[in-house]
Amino acid sequence: MSVNKGDTQMKYLLMICSDEAAEAKMPPEKLGAVLSAYMDFTSAVKEAGAYQGGEALQPTTTATTVRVQGGQILTTDGPFAETKEQLGGYYLLDCKNLDEAIQWAAKIPSASWGAIEIRPVMDFSQAAQA
Amino acid sequence: MPEPRSVAEAVYREESGRIIAALIRLSGSFDLSEEAMQEAFASALESWPRQGIPNNPAAWITAAAHRKLIDALRRAATRRGKSELLAHHLPTASLPHEMTSSEEIIFPDDRLRLMFTCCHPALNQEAQIALTLRTLGGLATAEIARAFLIPEPTLAQRLVRAKRKIQDARIPYEVPPKEQVPARLASVQAVVYLVFNEGYAATVGDQLVRRDLCVEAIRLARLLCDLMPDQPENLGLLSLMLLHDSRRAARSTPNGELITLEEQDRSLWDWQQALEGLNLVERALRLRAPGPYQLQAAIAALHAQAPTAADTDWRQIAALYRELQRFQPSKVVELNQAVAVAMGEGLERGLALIDALDGLNDYYLFHAARADLLRRLNRPAEAAKAYQRAIALAGNQVERGYLQRRMQKLDV
Repeated sequence: MSVNKGDTQMKYLLMICSDEAAEAKMPPEKLGAVLSAYMDFTSAVKEAGAYQGGEALQPTTTATTVRVQGGQILTTDGPFAETKEQLGGYYLLDCKNLDEAIQWAAKIPSASWGAIEIRPVMDFSQAAQA
Repeated sequence: MPEPRSVAEAVYREESGRIIAALIRLSGSFDLSEEAMQEAFASALESWPRQGIPNNPAAWITAAAHRKLIDALRRAATRRGKSELLAHHLPTASLPHEMTSSEEIIFPDDRLRLMFTCCHPALNQEAQIALTLRTLGGLATAEIARAFLIPEPTLAQRLVRAKRKIQDARIPYEVPPKEQVPARLASVQAVVYLVFNEGYAATVGDQLVRRDLCVEAIRLARLLCDLMPDQPENLGLLSLMLLHDSRRAARSTPNGELITLEEQDRSLWDWQQALEGLNLVERALRLRAPGPYQLQAAIAALHAQAPTAADTDWRQIAALYRELQRFQPSKVVELNQAVAVAMGEGLERGLALIDALDGLNDYYLFHAARADLLRRLNRPAEAAKAYQRAIALAGNQVERGYLQRRMQKLDV
């Protein structure tokens, strides 16, 4: 049982997914505009006191996937799943509820050409009570 | 003397949505609220036959449900040894042994909150429909499953998942802020209209259960009109459903054969319902903010206003479809517009418009409409070919039966 009253904050991970191949082909002036839009967004979430963290990731060409099978470390080149859009960065935000997280997600620059997946972060202090 | 069970059932039908909406606001839990309400009705059935039916049965049940909810919250808190944690959520005025008047617990917009939460776009539409019917409609899981022809465990699972997401992702129990209302309201209206269409359009399944879906959708739309009367699309939606539903008795023969609008006996239409629909759409259009439901209602209104099928104002209908196209660009709307042009401005013009449409080759109504126009143009060989194509694509036996009868009447 939980109480969706929004009197406490909750953490949401906003995963930024977009076509990195298309982004790699972005002309420099467009790229500059995107970067400055991201800087504005980051200042906005910081000013609102929602910011808990956030990073941009290097492209999936740098990804390594690790699995352990029978005590053996198996590494493969690339992301664990081939998808049309790739995880390129994230924000960790404190929000009142999902609607607030959705409002922030819609303001992330990449939302206009990619997608933002919102996942509530598990709260173990609450889970222990349930 | 009214019978306790029938009084309780009437309260359930009329008030359960209101009660559960208040309980969810107080507890934040769909499950605990549902349980508390069921328990309250059970205790009414136990106590009323002995102690008599209270003066205000709805208030009695509301207060009882409120007490059951507080008991459940206390039990849960004690179980977890965290009574202090929950204490601030409990309204202090309502101790378990006092009779709380329902006015103290019930807020007028609780049901609106509940509607927006159940139809939140973060839930998939099937879940939105199930949750709306279960909580606001008070329909049993088994009833909803039967109406949508899905196994009961599947539906139950759908409800569990939706309720869990509301809690875990913290979908708020709120009426959205003003700037978000149009988009969010559209998703509520879509759910209501889908419930209606499921009851109205489909020709398979238990007819009685399906009729209930239409009644429920109309009830939900009335509620939307009461709670947000300044939204013309709410009025349009209610009007549209009333006008369509008013033709119910004339739509099929006693053995279930389809009767098209043109062939319907208009004296069988429910005129009281149709008149209400006509008034509503006029009221909506006066608010000068047209939208897709109002336009479709206006089209239905023109059919209702025609004394006979031959008197239908097809030119006006074609114009309304053109307008609808602006809000809902779709090939199906274009097809309907072409049919209206055929009926109002000339069969050949309409047929030319239909033939110019592409992308509808697998849609049975496209071929059925072509077949009908070719039949009227006295081109039976081509009509027969179009009927065959339509029959092959038709979704159910009632539709196929109608097309077959039509085809057999051709003079080939």
